[in-house]
Amino acid sequence: MTIASSETAQGIKVNKNQSHVRSSLWRQSFRRLVRNKLAVTGFAVVVIMFLACFIGPFFSPYTDNKINMALMNHAPYAKHWLGTDTLGRDVLTRVLQAGRISLTVGLASMVLSVFIGTLLGIIAGYYRGVVDQLIMRLADLLLTIPSLPLLFIIGALLSEWKVPPDYRMYIVMLMLSIVSWPGLARMIRGQMLSLREREFMQATIVLGLSDRRKLFRHLLPNLVPLIIVIATLNIGGAILSESVLSFFGLGVMPPTPTWGNMIDAANNMIDFQERPWLWLPPGFSIFATVIAINIFGDGLRDVLDPKQKR
Amino acid sequence: MPEALLEVRNLKKYFPIQSGLLNRTVGHVKAVDDLSFTIRKGETFGLVGESGSGKSTVGRSIVRLTEKTSGDVLFKGTDIYSLPKDELRQLRPALQLIFQDPYSSLNPRVRVGDAIGEALIDHQLADTSEIRSKVLEVLELCGLSDYHIDRLPHEFSGGQRQRIGIARALALNPELIIADEPVSALDVSIQAQIINLFRKLQETNGLSYLFISHDLSVVEHLCTRIGVMYLGSMVETGSREDLFLRPQHPYTKALLSAVPIPIPKLKRERIVLSGDIPSPANPPSGCKFHTRCPYATERCKEEVPALRTIGTDHLVACHLV
Repeated sequence: MTIASSETAQGIKVNKNQSHVRSSLWRQSFRRLVRNKLAVTGFAVVVIMFLACFIGPFFSPYTDNKINMALMNHAPYAKHWLGTDTLGRDVLTRVLQAGRISLTVGLASMVLSVFIGTLLGIIAGYYRGVVDQLIMRLADLLLTIPSLPLLFIIGALLSEWKVPPDYRMYIVMLMLSIVSWPGLARMIRGQMLSLREREFMQATIVLGLSDRRKLFRHLLPNLVPLIIVIATLNIGGAILSESVLSFFGLGVMPPTPTWGNMIDAANNMIDFQERPWLWLPPGFSIFATVIAINIFGDGLRDVLDPKQKR
Repeated sequence: MPEALLEVRNLKKYFPIQSGLLNRTVGHVKAVDDLSFTIRKGETFGLVGESGSGKSTVGRSIVRLTEKTSGDVLFKGTDIYSLPKDELRQLRPALQLIFQDPYSSLNPRVRVGDAIGEALIDHQLADTSEIRSKVLEVLELCGLSDYHIDRLPHEFSGGQRQRIGIARALALNPELIIADEPVSALDVSIQAQIINLFRKLQETNGLSYLFISHDLSVVEHLCTRIGVMYLGSMVETGSREDLFLRPQHPYTKALLSAVPIPIPKLKRERIVLSGDIPSPANPPSGCKFHTRCPYATERCKEEVPALRTIGTDHLVACHLV
């Protein structure tokens, strides 16, 4: 029903000018992104972090929860590259295992909040009227509540209700998505409202195109760049929030390691002064990952959504 | 006389002015104020007037991009405003609009072939197998090449884009095309191409146009009948000959005297209007033109002049004619 890629692909045969390379906006954007050294570096750091966390532990002779009382709080040496913690567990293995959790939580809560935010934003911006009012007032309501105290309260309630630690990770993802979708929905709605006033959208009205085509062929392709940028920057925020929650003991619970609760475990004067190998690695991991994601996200924004540049 | 294709009767479009905390309406911008005209089959009707006279709003109200305040818009006898959504959509192909700005009227992410062909699919005017050949046909008609079909709008010049916009409207085989200043964003050599294209299409496809413009030389070249607008109202309508050779309304005379002529030695009477066009939110009483009219009398300040027939199909709204 569409003269989409298959149809247009046949068109190349008809081309008089065979040498003309079909340019696409995506390819152009990609080329510009690759030229941005900082963004590429950021992307490389993120990829390395992901690979290390998801593949790294398989090469480790230790497991994250193997306790070795004989080797408590040992400084880094040849066998334990980043030393051992208070229970004699290998810090490097634990940092990588924690990265799995932190990155997964970050990614999953981003996917969920982008899904909710985009869907509600599109509905609000497309149908306007009462639906718009309902969705946006709900979003406003959530935005008026400071997110960190809200997360603390929910986290404390979860501890009170003795939610099994295994489930807590999923609940943390859900919590993070719930506090981050309103901002997203707002941006998507704003973009929808500005798009529908653009002349090419008015042209679709005059041409009498079907609503489905207006939405899927004209509006959505113009939203995708914005969604990609928001999604990327959102992962960094989610990782940070998860770390904060876990640091306060309200996120993912030990013994499941996350970067946040690993720093929390080293949260006393002696550890802080005498055993930097306990808190430096997870701290640096959070720092590097979040900075790298933000730099990459900024680069993406410059390429895909130049108007947003501040 | 051929049948009426489009009839606009007493069309009004007031935009509310809202202000204050509660968004109370404190007044109205009378963009189009009691405007009537008829376009017959095969005719090119030119709508002229200076900036802010409401020309574009007329065009947009006819295709319901802005909703009218009151009045009737009849296309082939059907009231466009009384149609339910589905039927209006079915009628859309016959009534097309060409936008002023060729840069913003094409979606940057839709390939030319898709932009032209997608409406054909949605209106079931062609089978999937025929679409490509149909698109190629209109591309050629508009002076574009077949290899342009897979390209994106940003790969084209302004003139080419405007032709894509025309091709997009043309693919639907419309009966009336509303062209909202289609050449004002283009440079002069391209303007000529586009205008000749309009003429050619009229001869081959029997199209009718509502040609909105502020460029009188273009209008003289293209239009068979012309309406002159001032502050949302029609001040004079008539055939091209009537309007350009025997203008009656002082505003029409002033507009015509402002058209540059390429003979420097020829001296002619120049009517210079002082001041700006008054605010359409608070139009002058009586004849709206009295504030700038060199011949205004007391009567003009108080009494609104009605459009009167003064010759075959020649109407003027002025007390002094």
